[in-house]
Amino acid sequence: MYEQLAQQIVNGLLIGFLYSLIAIGLTMIWGVMNIINFAHGDFLMLGMFISFWLYTLYGLDPLFSIPICAGALFLLGLLIYRFLVSKVMTGPGLAQLVVTFGVSIFIANAAVYFWTPDFRMIQNPLLSGTWTLGAVDLSIPKAIASAGSVVVSFLVFLFLRKTKTGKAILATEMNRDSALLMGINTERVNALSFGIGSALVGIAGAFLSMYYYIYPQVGGTFGLISFCIVALGGFGSIEGAFVAGILIGIVQTLGGYFFDPAYKYAIVFAMYLVTVWIRPQGLLGW
Amino acid sequence: MQGKKTRWLTYAMALVFSLSMVSAGVAADKEIRIGAVYPLTGNLASTGLDCLHGAELAVDIINGKYPDLSLPLAKTAGLPNLGGAKIKLITADTKGEPRNGQAEAERLVTQEKVVGMIGAYQSAVTKTASQATERLRIPYVCSDSSSPTLTERGLKYFFRVSPHDAGFARDQLQFLKDIEKARGVKIRTIAVLYENTEFGSNVGKQVLALAPEYGFKVVADISYTANATDVTSEVGRLIRANPDVLMHASYITDAILFTKTFKEMGFHPKGLLTFAGYIEPGYLPAVKADANGIIVRSTFALDLAKSKPLVAKVNALFKKKYGIDMSENAARSFGAPFVIADAINRAKTTEAEAVVKALLATNIPGSELIYPWKGIQFDPKSHQNVYARGILVQIQNQKYVTVWPFESAAAKVIWPFPAWAGRK
Repeated sequence: MYEQLAQQIVNGLLIGFLYSLIAIGLTMIWGVMNIINFAHGDFLMLGMFISFWLYTLYGLDPLFSIPICAGALFLLGLLIYRFLVSKVMTGPGLAQLVVTFGVSIFIANAAVYFWTPDFRMIQNPLLSGTWTLGAVDLSIPKAIASAGSVVVSFLVFLFLRKTKTGKAILATEMNRDSALLMGINTERVNALSFGIGSALVGIAGAFLSMYYYIYPQVGGTFGLISFCIVALGGFGSIEGAFVAGILIGIVQTLGGYFFDPAYKYAIVFAMYLVTVWIRPQGLLGW
Repeated sequence: MQGKKTRWLTYAMALVFSLSMVSAGVAADKEIRIGAVYPLTGNLASTGLDCLHGAELAVDIINGKYPDLSLPLAKTAGLPNLGGAKIKLITADTKGEPRNGQAEAERLVTQEKVVGMIGAYQSAVTKTASQATERLRIPYVCSDSSSPTLTERGLKYFFRVSPHDAGFARDQLQFLKDIEKARGVKIRTIAVLYENTEFGSNVGKQVLALAPEYGFKVVADISYTANATDVTSEVGRLIRANPDVLMHASYITDAILFTKTFKEMGFHPKGLLTFAGYIEPGYLPAVKADANGIIVRSTFALDLAKSKPLVAKVNALFKKKYGIDMSENAARSFGAPFVIADAINRAKTTEAEAVVKALLATNIPGSELIYPWKGIQFDPKSHQNVYARGILVQIQNQKYVTVWPFESAAAKVIWPFPAWAGRK
């Protein structure tokens, strides 16, 4: 009994850390621009596919394609911001809401067109197998992906707190007009945040590709859960997204184990609803 | 000047309009429009496309001349009783969702003027789509959905060619009995794991109801959502229950995820008996050797060609057209167009009441099928094919081989389930 409890908590943490990384990218974009990136799950899928193709065509292990995924998604984020999102930023609210939705549909269907709806998997990644630590089985690729997610999340945190650019992003997040008055180039901050947010989900995609199946619609559930995490943690709060990601990971596995797997997402979404009801700004939002 | 231009435009438009009317009229005589609803985008896009390929090949065979195939309407081009009229499939995407199934079925009937319907693979979608066709009085022939309830609704226009999960569940339990006898082993406990929509829940219900009858104890009854990102808690519960045999009803994404998680967490029952997801063409390439030893219910296997040369011929055509071997899904969806075309041909009209009457009189012999059945005849009340039955295939060396019923087996069943470690 206690063995399975420990195992389930570990499993919850493993998926939770990854959720955190995905959600941090999303919350950053929201915090700075007040735009919900509906294409976030599709960016995750692109990260996974980039990693898959680098492995299949050039034999590059997903572990080493992490910087490439980050770079490619950063660039994609910049371009999408520059040519689409920035155009509607001053437009009506509805346009801001639907622009990323359109991007999402476009990316998912383009992926079906180019890569077919088939399922792929990276067959023999460098990291595979299981560690047995006492009563707990730890999947090596999952453990590395989770540890990597924590490291990347921490780096983002440091970047925002310690560098001038990071502080400019936080300042814009707090009050755009004041930031502008203080001489911060908010347009550049916007582009940078969109790029970084996309790069983070690209990294998550590379991690996930080490052990998860890959196909054009893979981002759907991950995207949905990351919205939940962002709302739970507090819109725009990096720390909030980190904590909420772990929380949701654990609630999901323990809820599934002790209560009923059929309702594990119902529990997750109920938790989100309750939070929105009693604390609309989220756990760590302001 | 302006007036002249407008008049010309009016003439031109009138001409185009009348021409299009003429061509529509011609088409109506030569073409029989059949709707095909499948999940062509979304989670099950690869499955839906595979099903559609099966149906498309069937239509090709009906419309063309294939003198060496012993399939219904293969030897003649089109439908001979309707002046060689050709079948045209009008496809629609359900996105895998019941509400789209209904909306698309309605659209196909009211706007595309289809006279019959096939599809939709997922039982939950077939359920709503067939409710729409029932209301609109259009015959629906399904050969790819397996929920027993579909033919328990007393619908007048709905017919099912393929076996349903009550039969499949019996097959699997009977197989366990046969294995006990043949190998001198004792199987006491089973766990049932199923995705929580129409299809999976019904499999779960059937197994729960039938297991005691066969003397097995159900020690775990676990339902889950098919698009889960992580299934470690489900597998944790299975490990806690420690069953002799697991019976799992899944779609493809969850089949892949569970296989990986079983291995990762070391869940290792004596037998892994499964439904649906494990036989989709995307499954084996994704998990490779980890699939070896898994047993799946089926209506079709390529090794049936040993006793049925027709299977090999049809598979050759399929491979030529789509570049891959025919899967069980494609093979199941391959059935419906023949049944509906045969009925329309015998009715000599596309008028719904006459087609339904002809469907009720369907009598296609087993020799004209790629399935190991005695034939196709519909029960007058439920409209279920009375001869439909299942086989069990096992994944051996990353291929599906028939292992049960023992008398038509192409290979000996591997029992118990081989160890996870050291698979290649």
